[in-house]
Amino acid sequence: MKRLLLSLFMIGGLATVAVAQSAQYQDAMSKQVSDLDSSGSFAPDALVAKINTFERIAEAEKTQWLPYYYAAYCQVMSCFVGQDKSKIDELADKAAANLDKAETLNPKSSEVACIRSLVASARLMVDPASRGMKYGMEAGQQIELAKTYNAENPRVYLLLGQSLLFTPEQFGGSKSKAKVMLETALQKYAAFKPESAIAPHWGEPYAKELLSKAQ
Amino acid sequence: MFRINLYLCFLLFSPAILLAQHKISGKVTDNKKHPLPGVNVYIKGSYDGATSKADGSFTFTTTEAGERILAATLSGYQPLEIKINTENGEQLSIILKNAANALRVVTISAGSFEASDDKKGTVLKPLDIVTTAGAGADIVNAIKTLPGAQQTNDREGLFVRGGTGYETQTLIDGMLVRNPFSSSLPDVPGRGRFSPFLFKGTTFSSGGYSAQYGQALSSALVLESTDLPQRSSSSVGLSVIGASAGVENLSRDKKSSWGVEGDYTNLGPYFQVVKPKQTPNLGPEIIGTSLNFRRKTSSTGLLKFYGYGNWSKMGFSSPSIEYPGDMESYQVRNGNIYTNMTYRENLGKDWRIYVGASFSNNRDNITTDTLGKAQTPADIRVRSSLSQSRVMLTRNIGQFSAIRFGGEYQYATEQFSFNQRPFNYADNYTAAFAEGDIYFTPSFVGRVGGRAEYTSVLAKMNVAPRVSLAYKMDNYSQFSVAYGDYYQKPEPQYIRFDHGLGYMKATHYIVSYQRVASDYTFRTELFYKQYADLVKTVPNYNNNGKGYAKGIEVFWRDRKSIKNVDYWISYSYLDTKRDFLNYPKEVQPDFAATHTASLVYKHFFPKLSTNLGLTYTFATGRPYYNPNQPADKFMSDKTIDYHALGVSASYLTTIRKAFTIFVLSVSNAPGNKQVFGYRYSSDGMRRGEITPSVPRFIFLGMFMNFGIDRRQDVINNL
Repeated sequence: MKRLLLSLFMIGGLATVAVAQSAQYQDAMSKQVSDLDSSGSFAPDALVAKINTFERIAEAEKTQWLPYYYAAYCQVMSCFVGQDKSKIDELADKAAANLDKAETLNPKSSEVACIRSLVASARLMVDPASRGMKYGMEAGQQIELAKTYNAENPRVYLLLGQSLLFTPEQFGGSKSKAKVMLETALQKYAAFKPESAIAPHWGEPYAKELLSKAQ
Repeated sequence: MFRINLYLCFLLFSPAILLAQHKISGKVTDNKKHPLPGVNVYIKGSYDGATSKADGSFTFTTTEAGERILAATLSGYQPLEIKINTENGEQLSIILKNAANALRVVTISAGSFEASDDKKGTVLKPLDIVTTAGAGADIVNAIKTLPGAQQTNDREGLFVRGGTGYETQTLIDGMLVRNPFSSSLPDVPGRGRFSPFLFKGTTFSSGGYSAQYGQALSSALVLESTDLPQRSSSSVGLSVIGASAGVENLSRDKKSSWGVEGDYTNLGPYFQVVKPKQTPNLGPEIIGTSLNFRRKTSSTGLLKFYGYGNWSKMGFSSPSIEYPGDMESYQVRNGNIYTNMTYRENLGKDWRIYVGASFSNNRDNITTDTLGKAQTPADIRVRSSLSQSRVMLTRNIGQFSAIRFGGEYQYATEQFSFNQRPFNYADNYTAAFAEGDIYFTPSFVGRVGGRAEYTSVLAKMNVAPRVSLAYKMDNYSQFSVAYGDYYQKPEPQYIRFDHGLGYMKATHYIVSYQRVASDYTFRTELFYKQYADLVKTVPNYNNNGKGYAKGIEVFWRDRKSIKNVDYWISYSYLDTKRDFLNYPKEVQPDFAATHTASLVYKHFFPKLSTNLGLTYTFATGRPYYNPNQPADKFMSDKTIDYHALGVSASYLTTIRKAFTIFVLSVSNAPGNKQVFGYRYSSDGMRRGEITPSVPRFIFLGMFMNFGIDRRQDVINNL
């Protein structure tokens, strides 16, 4: 009897460890992901810390796509906030490697394609005159891909709106079209239900900010 | 029951016991003890870790107990893993070593300027060639703004470091181009035949180049054609001198593409408005076409075909210097075909193969006449064809080193007739080469190679050793030296009359320093080149010519200091003398200027979406032959200094769905007088200036590209 009880408790103990493991993942991720909702996380130094943290979680877990996804997201964001253009290619390479892993674990992801589009835009920034053609095209193709994977993803419309807003009119940019696109993005945000608290849900405040610029 | 409670207690509290917190802290530095911020320090396999601060320090707590692996990673450094006991609580000091990343790996650079999108740290981008004002989208004209090249605008070709235009060879995807320039009239240089848009990479080597290339005493212009296009498109161009149209089609699976292009140029109407110095009496009219096909045969294999055909006719008449009051006419009809097929593939296990084949044919029918004087006009026919094949194998050794070896075979026919009297010959040329890039350390590389050649028409062989070394001092600066022997057959116009001639020879010595950062480039080179066995035409054809060239060159490019401005400055000092052809002694030749400088300035106005370009070039006067001078004063007269200011403006926009560029460019905008030399009558009594046929050329054109989705064509964040 004692033995039976003991083994039952042992099994129970093991189970709690397993639950603790996945709880640890949930806890760590929800903390890190909710940090990303505040703009303070996008200071260059803070982003480095975030990248490192997500890469640690990704490496420890290996089967979760989200840590890879967020590491890439932070890497591409540091391309945009950083002052040193010469670092962009290296960061973009790392982001692309993380996205490859995320995509293997979670194929045909609209979210991954959105980040790929951002990576292409970041690479374009290094030398717009000679890279415009190649990476501008790739950025556009990835958004299209993101849209085919999930037409309800609000980030697709956010990125399209952003591109329309910041593109000179001679090249097809348009404030009025950007406005329509960003309004669509906000509607999609309103309807969008993230799969979990730690699933990608960023961009709504930014969409509102862009919309105010498009007025 | 008590016992069970104990177990329960144990169970309830066990996570807390298991998860006892251990503090890990320390400092990360590089091997020079400089603190490293941003390092990811963590216990492997756990979430526990931290990012080092500005002073390199880090602190975190972990629940992992006992012996664990601590990892530290930072890009640009070798990742480090050490065993620690998390319970010791000691202050860790971690030292990271530099990783051999791309930035720090040195590449051979002496003598060469590269324009490429693929590689980092190149001096020029392919687009720079197109947007250089005054260059008229001509590759060679743009290259002339780089140090080492002369402003010889009265004849075609790249005259590099005291060498003639013949001493520069043009290669497309490794295959020699026998006639890279359009046929031209006397004193009017022909343009380069190939559009800069065809190439993703252009390397201009002004000396010390690889054993892969031969038959060029001075310089190699290595062009690498583009791979598959991004997507299908069509284009139309219209200008004051002609029109062009093209289609590029990318297959649905994005593994193959084809393209066709045609152009028509007629300078007749333009010359009706802007009267050139000479009077056009034929054309000038040019019809050109090209065809390409590319196929990705596997993830690493690529097959490329490029075919080009071009037909032109042009002729001028001008007052005769020999017979005052009479007119001289010169007309040329040209047909040129160039084809090139190459295949590259990885053979696995570090081996790569390259195979290429090419055929070209060029025909010039020239009629020249002093109208009313000669009984019959002189009828000159020149026809040359070249078939070639080339194989190269590359094997990577270790992370960076590689050896390359291969061979090439060329069969050339050179036909020439003067008033139906033929002087023909054929040549079989065979070459083998091998070279190794050996990295002693990632920042120190040596390239040792050699090339052996045999040509049947001279029935002689040569062996040319080549060596270069490069050392990278830090992420940006590097120092290189190069040495090499270069052999070249004499020009066909001498071989066809005397098959007993031998190779001409040049030996290069180069020392170079460069500093390349993302926003600026500084480069300087010191060179010495010794010429031997140059062809002399007096008293009979022989190889007794000799000469030297030495000098210093400086290049500075800055993309940062002025917003939206990119400019470069180049300066070349050249001291050269040679005794060749009919020269009575060793003198500075008529194609060499002592000082040459260029300023290329590009200003982009984002609000106007307009690019403004200015190119100013300067060269000191060149020697010319004055028959009235005594023999000891041979070539002692010099022309006036050369000044040219090219201006261009391009406006980028979209018309309906087509990406459109309007271009206005003016060469020699202020209309400075440019004199390249003089031509004397045989009695030395009269002379004519050699000047550009139009003092100022104004070009207005429009280029449209369709089928590219607007949004995808956008230049974001301008």
